[in-house]
Amino acid sequence: MTRTEILNELKKVFAPYTTNKELLNSINDDTDLIRDLKINSANLVDIIIDAENKYNIEIDFDAADKMINVGSCIDVIREKLNQKNVEYR
Amino acid sequence: MNNHILSHLPYKSSFRFVDNISLLNEDEVRGEYTLRNDAFFYEDHFVGNPVTPGVIITEIMAQIGLVVLGMFLVLKEPRLNFMENDSLFPLLTSTDVSFYKIVLPGQKVTVISKKQYFRFGKLKCYVELLDSSKELVAKGMFSGVIKKINIKND
Repeated sequence: MTRTEILNELKKVFAPYTTNKELLNSINDDTDLIRDLKINSANLVDIIIDAENKYNIEIDFDAADKMINVGSCIDVIREKLNQKNVEYR
Repeated sequence: MNNHILSHLPYKSSFRFVDNISLLNEDEVRGEYTLRNDAFFYEDHFVGNPVTPGVIITEIMAQIGLVVLGMFLVLKEPRLNFMENDSLFPLLTSTDVSFYKIVLPGQKVTVISKKQYFRFGKLKCYVELLDSSKELVAKGMFSGVIKKINIKND
């Protein structure tokens, strides 16, 4: 799964938690979830749970800590997807 | 036994809305509170016609449904490293409540809360408040976090 594919899917994951739909359409790796998208910091937990369900992955404390901007969210999701694929082999 | 958790609640007198915890485990909590006839808000809400404000109903649901269960869970979670004698400070992060009945001074209410999840220190619960005839007064989703604060300024 490419970074662009994940980025486009993340827009749908973020949608319920931000009112800035215009910015949501133009997010990039540097978009900060709290500062730019104005997501309530407690709702980051809901975003993590939604992402886990969407990709069937498990995001632990350390990985969750890194999910500050869009780029780091994509990094964590790709890393967890890769780990999962290794386990299945 | 369940009521030992009440010693961790940071509320005092006029803003403490928990009398008793009748059920408490990792997934749910049930507690009771009787509205005091002389509570500070009845004098002005409304003048000559005291009715319990919706924000107070919401606060009762949050204190029993979210804070009591939250305190219980954080004290059990080794990763959060909370100690029995820490000052624990609950913060409400979101609510979505619907109201069905009014509550008058002196009425006893029961709060029943079921955990939706507790992750990364955030607790989300579905909470109902019933009156003494077991009729639904209010229901909603509540979320919050508990922070550890150091009282000493150093």
